[in-house]
Amino acid sequence: MDTARVLRRIGCAIDFPEAQTCCGQPAFNTGYWDEARPLAERFVRVFRSAEAVVCPSGSCTTMVRNCYPELLAGTALSGDANSLGQRVFEFSEFVVKVAGIRDVGAYFPHRVAVHDACHALRELRIKEEPRELLRRVRGLELVEMPASEECCGFGGTFAVKFGMISAAMGDTKAGNAEASGAEYVASTDPSCLLHIDGILRRRNSPVRTIHVASILAQTGRAKESVEIAARARSAE
Amino acid sequence: MTTASQEFLRAAARESANLPRRQAIRRAIDQYDAAVQRGREQFLDYEAARRKCYEIKWEALNHLDRYLEEFEQRVRARGGQVFWAERAEDARRYVVDLATARGVRTVVKSKSMVAEEIHLTPALEKLGARVFETDLGEFIVQLRNEPPFHIVTPAMHLTRADIAKLFEEKLAEAMSPAASRDDPAELVAAARRALRRAFFSAEMGITGANFLVADAGLIAITTNEGNDRLGTALPRIHVAIAGIEKVIPRLEDLAVLWPVLATAGTGQTITCYNTLIGGPRAPAEVDGPQEFHVVLLDNGRTDLLADAEQRDVLHCIRCGACLNACPVFRSIGGHAYGTTYSGPIGSVLTPHLRGLNEFQHLSYASSLCGACTTVCPVQIDLHHHLLHNRRNAVRASDRPWSERLAFRFWRWTMSGSRRFALAGWLGRATLRGVRALGLAGTTLDLLRPWTRYHAAPVIPRKSFRALWRKNGAR
Repeated sequence: MDTARVLRRIGCAIDFPEAQTCCGQPAFNTGYWDEARPLAERFVRVFRSAEAVVCPSGSCTTMVRNCYPELLAGTALSGDANSLGQRVFEFSEFVVKVAGIRDVGAYFPHRVAVHDACHALRELRIKEEPRELLRRVRGLELVEMPASEECCGFGGTFAVKFGMISAAMGDTKAGNAEASGAEYVASTDPSCLLHIDGILRRRNSPVRTIHVASILAQTGRAKESVEIAARARSAE
Repeated sequence: MTTASQEFLRAAARESANLPRRQAIRRAIDQYDAAVQRGREQFLDYEAARRKCYEIKWEALNHLDRYLEEFEQRVRARGGQVFWAERAEDARRYVVDLATARGVRTVVKSKSMVAEEIHLTPALEKLGARVFETDLGEFIVQLRNEPPFHIVTPAMHLTRADIAKLFEEKLAEAMSPAASRDDPAELVAAARRALRRAFFSAEMGITGANFLVADAGLIAITTNEGNDRLGTALPRIHVAIAGIEKVIPRLEDLAVLWPVLATAGTGQTITCYNTLIGGPRAPAEVDGPQEFHVVLLDNGRTDLLADAEQRDVLHCIRCGACLNACPVFRSIGGHAYGTTYSGPIGSVLTPHLRGLNEFQHLSYASSLCGACTTVCPVQIDLHHHLLHNRRNAVRASDRPWSERLAFRFWRWTMSGSRRFALAGWLGRATLRGVRALGLAGTTLDLLRPWTRYHAAPVIPRKSFRALWRKNGAR
C-alpha cells in the first residue's frame, strides 16, 4: 500500500492485476524448476502488457529479470519474459532511475540505517538508490551500519531448513544495527525485514524495521508534502 | 536424510551457538578484510586483473589435454617423473609405494589441500612413517589431530592462548623455559625448533602446487613461511601433488596470477615465497632432491570438465576468499562442513567429487546471498552453481518426498488467484486460531520452525487484495 501511495504521489497511474500470484522464486531457489515454471509463465502472461512493473522487493525483481531467462529458455514465452525482465523494477530503482525523482516529499523524523538486501545489491546493483531517496526525507538522519552488505540470513527456505545458521547470521545483523545507533533498519526487501524484525524483537532490541517505501509514504502534514513533491518533480 | 547431512546439522547447531569461536573467526576475517582492501589498491584495475585470471584459466581448461602433456614432456625431459592418478586411491598408492620402496621413515609436508583430499597422511602413517606438517597453521592443527579449518588459514579458529596451551602440552621440549608463553615470537620459535629437526631427518618432502606451468614445465608453489623451500631442498625425494586443473599455459601468466592470488588469499601484495621447480637436482647443481615426482590427480575433475554449466569451478585457485566472504562460513566455521573443501567452493565442488546425493545438503545450506561470487578472483559463478546443484538434486529425485509433495501442492495453490487468496485466508485464520487457543509453539503451530529463533510475526487481519479493493484502487 505504501508503495502504491508513493508511486501515485509522484504521478504514476497504477494497476494491480488481481490474477497475479507468486513469481515462483521459492520453488526455483529450492531446485523445483518444473514447479516454478508454470508460475513464471503465469507472471509473464499477466504482466506482459504493462509499461513498467514495480515490485517492492529486490528479490522478486531478480527472479523476473535475472532468473526467468534461464528458467523459461526454449519455451514459447521466452521472448516475452526477456523483454518483460527489462521493464520490471525494484521500487527504489524505479523511483530514482526511471521516474528520475529523488525527493518524494516524505517526512520521517528518525535515525535510519539501510540494510543492503543481497539480491538488490548483488544481482541488481542497487546500492545508492534507497539512500538517495532517504537522504531527502525531511527530519530523517541517515546513518550507516557496520557490514551493511552482509546477508541478514533469511534466504527463503534456508531460514527454516537451517534455522540455527540463519539465526546466527541474523544476530550478527541485529548487533550491527544496534551498533549503528539507528532507531530503524530500512531495506528494500520485506523478507529480510521480516527476518531481522523477528530476531530484533526476540532480543528485546529497541531497533525496529521498516520498508523504504513505508518511510517514503510518511508525510507528516499531507498537503504540504504533496506540494513539496510537485515542486521536486518540476525541478527534476 | 544422509549421514553426512545429519552430521552437518548437528555440527552447524553446535558451532553457530559457539559464540567465542564465532568471535575468533570474525576477528581473523576482519583483519583479512582490511588487508584485502589495501591489497586491491596495488592494482590499477582489480576487476581487469580478475577478468585476465578468468581468461587464463578458461584457456587452460579448454586445452587441458594439450597443456598437461606439454607440462609432462618438459618435466620428464629434466628427469622428473609424472604420474597420472585417476582416483584418490591411485594417487595415494603411488606415493605410499614410493615411500615403501625408498625406505622413507620421515616425511615433511608443505601445505596441500589435494593431499588432504586424498587422505595421504594417514596412509603414510600406517606405513610407520612420521609425517610433519611444516606450514605453521597446519602444524598446529596436526598437533590437535584436526583437519585444516580453512583452506588458506588452517588454524584460523584458534586464539594465541589456545596455541600456547597446545604447545605446552605437545611441544614442551621445544619451548624455551624462560620465555613468555604469551609471546607469539616464542611460539613460532618453538614450532621452528621442532620442525628443523624434521626437515634435516626427512627422506621425502611432499608439496602441493599452486600452478603447473605448461610452457616451462615448472610447478609453482606459494607459501608465506618458506617451508616449501626447505622441504623440497633437503630431502632426497620431492613429491608434488596437484589437481589437473592447476595447469596454466605460460610462465608469464604468473605475472597476474601471483599478485591476484596473494591479494585474494591474504591481502598481500605478493606472497613471501614463490618457488618454481622443474625437476630433480641436475648434474652440476649442489642441492635439490635426487628424485622429483609430480602426481596429477583427476578424482572427478574430468567429469566436472564435461559439465558445461559448472566447469568454471575448475578455475579455482584455492585462495579462500569465498570462505572469508561467506556469512555461513563465518557462523559455523570450516570443520562443520565435514569435507576437505569448506565454504562456498566446498559446497559447490564436493557433490562433484563425492556424490550429489550424499552432499547436496551443503548446496541448500546457503542463503544464496552471492557474496562469494562477488569476491572470487577467477569469477566462478558460485552462488548460481549452488542453485544448479539444488536443481540437479530435485531432478535426480534425491529430495525428501514431503518436500516434493509440498512444492506440488504449492504450485497448485499458486496457479489460480482464487486459490491463492483462499490459501492466504486459511493461513491467516489458522495462525490466529492457533494463537487464540494458546497452542502457539506446540507441534500444531505451523510457525514453530520460525518462532524457535524469531519473535512471532504480526499476522495481518486482511490480505493486500482486500485492502486494495477498499482503499487502494482509488
